[in-house]
Amino acid sequence: MIERAPRGPSSLPIHLALLVCAAIVLAPVVWTVAAGFRTQISLLMGDLTFTPIWSNFQEVLFSKTSDFLLNYRNSIIVGALSTALCVTVATLAAFSLNRTPWRRWVVQAFLAWTLVFHMIPPVALASAWFTMAHSVGLENTFAGLILAHATLNLPMAIWLMSVFVREVPKELEEAAIVDGASTPVLLRHVILPLIAPGLAATAILTFVFSWNEFAVALTLSMKQTATVPVAIAKYAQDFEIQYTQMAASAALAMLPALLVLLVAQRFIVKGLTQGAVK
Amino acid sequence: MTSVRTTEVRAVRGAHRRDVIEGADQRLWQWLTFAPALAMMLALSILPLANLFVTSFQDVAWVEGQPVRSWAGLTHYRALFDDELFGAGITNTVLFAFGAVTGQMVIGFALAVLCSKIGRGRVFYRAIFILPILIPGIVIGAIWKLMLNYDFGLANKLLGFVGIMPHDWLGSAETALLSVIIVDIWHWTPFCFLLFLAGVESLPQDVFEAAKIDGAGAWQELRYITLPLMIPTIIVTSAFRLILAFKVFDEVYLLTSGGPGTATEVISFTLYQRFFTEDKAGYGSAMSVAVIFLVSMLLVVALSARRRSEAAQ
Repeated sequence: MIERAPRGPSSLPIHLALLVCAAIVLAPVVWTVAAGFRTQISLLMGDLTFTPIWSNFQEVLFSKTSDFLLNYRNSIIVGALSTALCVTVATLAAFSLNRTPWRRWVVQAFLAWTLVFHMIPPVALASAWFTMAHSVGLENTFAGLILAHATLNLPMAIWLMSVFVREVPKELEEAAIVDGASTPVLLRHVILPLIAPGLAATAILTFVFSWNEFAVALTLSMKQTATVPVAIAKYAQDFEIQYTQMAASAALAMLPALLVLLVAQRFIVKGLTQGAVK
Repeated sequence: MTSVRTTEVRAVRGAHRRDVIEGADQRLWQWLTFAPALAMMLALSILPLANLFVTSFQDVAWVEGQPVRSWAGLTHYRALFDDELFGAGITNTVLFAFGAVTGQMVIGFALAVLCSKIGRGRVFYRAIFILPILIPGIVIGAIWKLMLNYDFGLANKLLGFVGIMPHDWLGSAETALLSVIIVDIWHWTPFCFLLFLAGVESLPQDVFEAAKIDGAGAWQELRYITLPLMIPTIIVTSAFRLILAFKVFDEVYLLTSGGPGTATEVISFTLYQRFFTEDKAGYGSAMSVAVIFLVSMLLVVALSARRRSEAAQ
């Protein structure tokens, strides 16, 4: 082995550069969370030190005029159900497209269409979705929004799951078929255990994207079904913006992201990088 | 002789076919596993697009909660050409997308190369850099609305320390689009960094060792080895980012709502206003069809460019 250190730059300046960037990433987040613990006056005065207070969070979560807990519940319902639907459909489709004898043009036409669909601004579709939901009586229900979110995330989920399904050795599959396994048995007992980590990565990303989605949620939901991003947008658009409450609600909206980051960082890296590198 | 060979071929083919199909059961499951995805895409993408296309030739009025449609012919499409907001929306979206994605590519690549040189701490930096990717776009908007506030924002405060006068970043036409671009760079550079780091880590190490033996410096290594080998990852990442950048909505909605004037008017926001603020479903649909047409053109150009670059290799 040839020693790396003498030729490459010493790692101290690299660490310094990366630390500065990490600070740039973290500072706005930390400063905003801190703003959630300040009084409006203390924020406007711009003092760097302050005595933390809970009243903003209390106001956001428990005041009679705020629906934030309801919004939080709505986001969880929509996120969980649309994720379950999306990854189930995507996993089956990934299996079908990669491991059953479809003609090439069928697979390519379908994948090309998912790509075009992924490029269309959701706002362009939102109006048509709204009209469709209206005509079948699904407006102001979770069903419409859940279907919309599942469909929006379907292209990405299919591409990711295709990568993971292709990684399953074909020999294993053939052995199972020779042993007389039917397709459901093959899916459940051979493929599913092997793609489980990939499935987890895809599900986490799908949930996060549904949690974050704003444009469609804004147009397909009413007061009772509004999700967290819709609620936060309301804070920012009030005639007299309650900056500290907006900061507090923003901090609360970031909780799932932080949780996912702490618990499942490995899966996110896998999910985000898999598609591009392979 | 020939007939023997044909039967052999036929036998091999027959066995092969049996392998592939394995009876009607598999045929059924081939369809069953694909049907849900196909049904969802048909019902929720093809159908609404057909709906949009038809609506683009109509005027829609809502009477007592029911849509009443009347024929409008090509008037909406003709009106598109005179719509200054639509023109501004396209210009701003293109400026935004290329400005933001270029920034993200350059900074993300530099950070990934730097990070790949260090032995310890990669996991630590990666954990921090993932954070902005997971935060809702609307929260990013809220964060930066606070950060860039004229009176108390951290940005003006920090700039004050180095002697720069406070500036109304989002409120003045010259800096509004730039500010939104900077926010987007903050939001998505970590994503590019993550993909580039994974790409750099998966490069074959022997090439770098050979280059070192030949006496290549750090700069030459970057210029003649890392960069060329990373081109596929760079193409994929920038395509992915460009697609998302063309759809930008959340941050603009919260930060500037398209203003001041038309300084940050982007396509998604123009569409939103036509449909939901002004309630012009027919005209909005025509605009959507035009946008989708432009997007497909972009895709055709991108795919043919990729095919050409693949053929060249």
